[in-house]
Formats: sequence, structure tokens, C-alpha cells
Amino acid sequence: MDNFRHIQTAHCENGVTVSLLKHNGVNFITEPLAFGLGSGLFYIHIPFMKVNNGPAISFRTMPGAIFKRTCKSLGIQVERKKFKSKIEAQNLLDEKLKQGIPVGCQVGVFHLNYFPKTYRFHFNAHNLIVFGQEDGKYLISDPVMETTTTLFPEELEKVRFAQGALAPKGQMYFPKTIGDISEETLRRAINNGIKRNCRDMLYIPGGIAGVKGINYTAKKIRGWRDKLGDRKAALYLGQIVRMQEEIGTGGGGFRFMYAAFLDEASEILGNDKLLNISDQFTKSGDLWRDSALQMSGIYKGRLTSQKDYDDSASLLNEICNIEKEAFKQLSKIVIK
Amino acid sequence: MKKSNLPQDKSDLVNFTREVCYVKNENGKYEAELSSGWDVKTDALNSAWQDIANRIEDAKNLFLAGHSSPIHYYMELKLMDYSVLSGYTGFWKWRIKRHKNPKFFNKLNERKMQKYADAFGITLIELKTPIF
Repeated sequence: MDNFRHIQTAHCENGVTVSLLKHNGVNFITEPLAFGLGSGLFYIHIPFMKVNNGPAISFRTMPGAIFKRTCKSLGIQVERKKFKSKIEAQNLLDEKLKQGIPVGCQVGVFHLNYFPKTYRFHFNAHNLIVFGQEDGKYLISDPVMETTTTLFPEELEKVRFAQGALAPKGQMYFPKTIGDISEETLRRAINNGIKRNCRDMLYIPGGIAGVKGINYTAKKIRGWRDKLGDRKAALYLGQIVRMQEEIGTGGGGFRFMYAAFLDEASEILGNDKLLNISDQFTKSGDLWRDSALQMSGIYKGRLTSQKDYDDSASLLNEICNIEKEAFKQLSKIVIK
Repeated sequence: MKKSNLPQDKSDLVNFTREVCYVKNENGKYEAELSSGWDVKTDALNSAWQDIANRIEDAKNLFLAGHSSPIHYYMELKLMDYSVLSGYTGFWKWRIKRHKNPKFFNKLNERKMQKYADAFGITLIELKTPIF
């Protein structure tokens, strides 16, 4: 494909969404916009579950949701397919590439050898685009990479059929039909994206998700030092920081990205009030960064007292309040 | 975060890529900017790898003392949990748990051992006698 253009983004799924939509003529799409339309901002701390021997925490909505919601809200039909057979998975991919269609694929990171070794865990919800074949290799546009890369067919097969939680099962997807997207459709999509995000963050039942989930983590942190001991507690804090800041969140656990989205939304909807709320999310993102800094003091062994844990937790409580207030104001603004 | 505050620390991403962050520029507008890394999270990543190294060492010692099979050691070495290994081998999780016990591991036939070896990306000989 000559006309495919690689676009680097903070997060892989946003990136695949942006690249595939742009390729199909949706020129206005940007990463923050895709993230906002897909109601990407979230928080959840799943109790009793461990990820890489640490707490299971996420700062974004579930994998696959952003692409799905963003496309749907713009009236774009998507084709998505999982496979039992590796051969079938490759055949259909080859067929689509021959037709000139770049294809999004869900892959596992562990065997993805163009990633730095220290980033390669068994994480299966990574996304990339295959956009052609050359010299017996597949051409890969991985949104978190600065440039395009390549993978041999057997390498691609391996990552498409990685095993474990969220196993990709060769999953591939691409937009099928894209009609004309009117300004009205976009406005409505933004509105709905924000509304759904307010709902998810404010009214999700239970105490472990949405803004309440942040307080739940704060409560846990206060108990970690006594319950787990210094070493393990420090590792748990490190895990929070990695979920929050590692490749893909754009900093501050996606909060800056959401603030950027609200800036864009304010321009498109002509609503200045959104700018003010955007500032609140910037503030929240800054506080998330502050809490990461505080936590790093603990896992570096510089800070060791219970008060240091309590300080981290207090920052999270403050963040919870800010985000709650921001979403409440947000839910009042977007009507119609 | 202000653009001028975006950390550009050295990290494992060097020579691979830089990551996109969203920052506010001089005019108060958001823009995407590349960062080479941030020490705060590099330290978190390093401490996670330090923990993995400890776990591998523990598994190695358990194997040498005859308390656990090479399955346990290789699971730690390849960062696998039961669901990952179960996916690659087709064995149920409770069976893998049993195979962590040397008594049951030693009774496995070659075909089953080969499945484990393939899952770990090693040879049968390496599986039976790990080289540290």
C-alpha cells in the first residue's frame, strides 16, 4: 500500500483507530478525539486479582471499547474477526492486504521483538496495523513506535496467537463502510462520548470503579505497609505508577489526553465552559504525576514511614474529589 | 503538565522509540510531544525486574534442593502465569500445578515434556536439566 501513512500516538488502540480512520478519509480525527468519543477515561481497581504479581489497576476503559465506540458513534461499520485456525487467520489477512485494506490486529507483547526487552510482559491487548507485505515480511505500523517496522510471518502468527488473559485469538478488524460524517454527527458523537464517560466515572455501581475506585486504592495503600511488608508494598506502588505512566497513557493516567480532548471538544461545540473543565483534568493529571513521584520515593527506598504511604493515599483522595467535581460539572454542560 | 516540565530522562526506550505525551505549550494549548523517559517510572520498571530476578533465584534454589520441578523455574524465567502456560501447552492449570512437583514431573512422557519445552521456547534437554 503506497498511500498508508504511519501515525505515532500515545496509546496503541487510539493509534490504530486514528490511522485506520484517517486512511479511510476521516481527516478530522485525532488521538484525543478518538479517546473522548470512545469514552476512554476510566479507573478500576479489581480486588483479589493479580497482574504480574501486583494489583490489577486500569486507568482506561476495557480493551477494544475505544475503537468500537468511536466507529459506532461516527456511523462507521466495522468488521471484526477472531480465528481458531492460524492458517485461516493468515489467509484472510493476506486477502485484505491484497485488496489494499490496512488491518488492525490485536497481539501479545511478549514475543514482539521490536519492543525493548524490559517492556515485554505477557500483555495481550496490544494493537498494531498490518499494511502490506515486502520481501516475505509484513509491514507493521505500531502506533507507539516512531517509525514503521516489519515482522516475519511466523513472528506475526506468534503474537496474534499469544496465550493467557485476553488472548487475541488472531483477532483482526477494520472499518468497512464509512459514509459522509456531518458536523452534526460529530457534535452528537462528542456529546454522547462525554455523557457515557460521566456515567462510567460517577454512577458505576460498587466501590472499586469510577472516581470511587480511586478512593478504594487510597484506602488499600494505607494498609499495604503493615499488611504486605516494605518490599512487597513498594512493588505494588511501582505497579500503580507503571499502569499510570508507562507507554500509552500520554502521562498522568490518560488525564492529560482527556483534557486535550475537552479542549478540542470546546472548539468543535463552541462551548467555552469545557475549557474550564479541561483545566480541572490537567490539575488531576498533575496530581497523578505528583503521587507517582511520592510513590517512587517509597519504592526507591528513600521514604519508609507509614506517613509516606498516607501522603500518597491523601493525594489519591484529593484526585478523587477533583475528578468527581469535574465530571459532575461536565454532565451538566453536555445536554441535547 | 507544561511542555517545559516534560521529563527527557534516559530509559530502556532509547534506540527503540520515544513515547507521545500530552503537554500544554507556551500558549496554554495541548499538544503531543515526545519523551525519552521519566526516571520515576524507569525506577518502577527496574524494581519490577528486580522482583522477577528474585523470584527466578528462589525457583532455582527450590529446584536445586529438589523441592520443585523445572516447570516452576521456567515459569518464573519466562514470566508465565498458569493461564499463559495453560494456553500454550493445552494442559489444565491444576495439572501444571502438579507438574511443578518433581515427583509428578519425572513421570511425564516425552510428548508431554515436549509441549512444555515448546511453550518455554527451549529444548527437551534444557527442560530436563536447566542450565543456570
